Amino acid sequence: MMIANRSKERITWMRAREWIEGYLFAGPFLVGFFAFVAFPMLFSIWLMFQKWDLLGEPVFVGFRNIERALTDELALKALYNSAFYTLFAVPIQLVISFTLALALTQAIKLRSIYRAGFYLPIIIPIVATAVVWQRVFHPDFGILNEVLGIFGVPPQNWLLDPNLAKPAFIFMSFWMIGRQMVIFIAGLGNIPVQLMEASQIDGAGKLRSLFTITIPLMTPLIFYNMVIAIINSFQTFVPSLIMTDGGPQNETLFVVLNIYRNGFQFFNMGYASALAWELFVIVVGFTIAQFYVSNKWVYYEA
Amino acid sequence: MSTEIEDLRVLKAATRQQAAAHRSRQATLRRSWLIVLQIIMTLVLITFLGPTLWMVSSSLKARTEIFAIPMVWLPENPQWGNYIQALTLLPFAKFAVNTFVIAGLTVVGTVLSCSIVAYSFSRLRWPGRDFFFALLLGTMMLPEVVTLIPMFIEFRTLGWTKPGTVFGVLPLNFLPITVPYWLALSPLYVFLMRQFFKGIPMELEEAALMDGASRLQILFRIILPLSKPVIATVAVFSFLQSYNDFLQPLIYLNGQDNWTLALGLRAMNDVQQTGQWELLFAASTAVLLPVLLIFIFAQRYFVQGIATTGFGGR
Repeated sequence: MMIANRSKERITWMRAREWIEGYLFAGPFLVGFFAFVAFPMLFSIWLMFQKWDLLGEPVFVGFRNIERALTDELALKALYNSAFYTLFAVPIQLVISFTLALALTQAIKLRSIYRAGFYLPIIIPIVATAVVWQRVFHPDFGILNEVLGIFGVPPQNWLLDPNLAKPAFIFMSFWMIGRQMVIFIAGLGNIPVQLMEASQIDGAGKLRSLFTITIPLMTPLIFYNMVIAIINSFQTFVPSLIMTDGGPQNETLFVVLNIYRNGFQFFNMGYASALAWELFVIVVGFTIAQFYVSNKWVYYEA
Repeated sequence: MSTEIEDLRVLKAATRQQAAAHRSRQATLRRSWLIVLQIIMTLVLITFLGPTLWMVSSSLKARTEIFAIPMVWLPENPQWGNYIQALTLLPFAKFAVNTFVIAGLTVVGTVLSCSIVAYSFSRLRWPGRDFFFALLLGTMMLPEVVTLIPMFIEFRTLGWTKPGTVFGVLPLNFLPITVPYWLALSPLYVFLMRQFFKGIPMELEEAALMDGASRLQILFRIILPLSKPVIATVAVFSFLQSYNDFLQPLIYLNGQDNWTLALGLRAMNDVQQTGQWELLFAASTAVLLPVLLIFIFAQRYFVQGIATTGFGGR
């Protein structure tokens, strides 16, 4: 009886100790979460209702910042720009990265060289990318007009023409599809060989197998890449800051650049917080909506 | 009877021949298709690498070659001096030291804190664990920009945005861009390490516990030595993330003395809008070089990391 009791005590003590150790070891994250995630988020909700330039005292302004974020022409323009950019860039990115992944899972030689080459643009520091692409788009000495000239296309004023600035940014985004491609390659490698063989025996051609087997099996990854690409492209910032500074005529003023300007150049901390929350609600809303719609087209193996 | 067998044999041979011919036709078709594909992919790859190759080539051009019409694709005499000029125009050596100090602090902090937290989430049982893990995964969805402004105000209140140093050596401004990484605020890496730790047999740990080892000893003597691949992956990714970061340094690093390479390159770009492209290309190439080296040596960790997590790069 005594022994049983003692061993029970021992077990509860060990369990209590594991609890304490569990919390202690998770401690860095728990502290970090409250200090640098939860608190800032709550704080920024409070900020949304203040007018504050960091110098004086915050002044309560009610819903004025939110109202302004929803009606200000420049803010709406920034939203439109980001949405336009995303709408055109993401689908084409997905097509390009999927096609490259398909090609690089064929039995061609030196596949790892191709993969590394297509992946390379992702690791180039974003500042260097922006600096170089600004020159790529240069009307007189840029490589893009030079190459297009070979095909008889007249030189364009890419970053200076209000009609061409956003297309130029979209074009640049096609260059950075390496991550999506690697994910697709990994997914294509997991498609069961038997399935492909079976469809070939049934007389399906390559193209037919692609549309009836490969693509349906890849829909979870297509969906995943799409969600991440949309979230990322709504957060595009550095290229617009460096290459065009939002111009010409605010055509490349994207949401994050607008937030950055209001916060750190004009010191409208409250208004900038309202803009940030607007973006957050849009991104989260969009993501949730995609999950609902995904039931219709994403195929999950039971 | 015998003729029937003979007929059957002939028929079989004919079919076999036909099948073989079909197969070889198919094989030729397939081979030529692969050659076509190889050529197409090579062309696409060259197009893809175009801007990078142009950057490297232009970094070695004389200025007259940069602005020559028609375009000069390769420099006649490589101007290695461009690099020296470019990197002394602004104190790039200082920027490089800052960049590597910040990246070093980030990598060490990330690896340490994420492995400790991942250990707790994967191998210890405590109430609320699943809830907090869900919370951790939830923070992955949070756009950086939402906490950008309140975090700035928070760090400003702490006094970390002022000039000054910690321990007399480390600029105070480095704290806002490194301290969060010591608190496991990289949900992705915690997740990655947790998945890896889960695969290590529990018996190893129980035996060590019986021998009176503490949890810290278990983590550092048993778990981490077995987890080198995942540690390498996390280290490589977090280095790249820190090295390539622009927004955080832009906001927090006051004074040219504290700048990183990214900020230096941007400043150079602003000044050099029109004139010295060859220097700008040289500086860009120099900034790319460290990540390129790491990429070449650590390529398998990149691919591993992306394939298992779906993230990576920027």
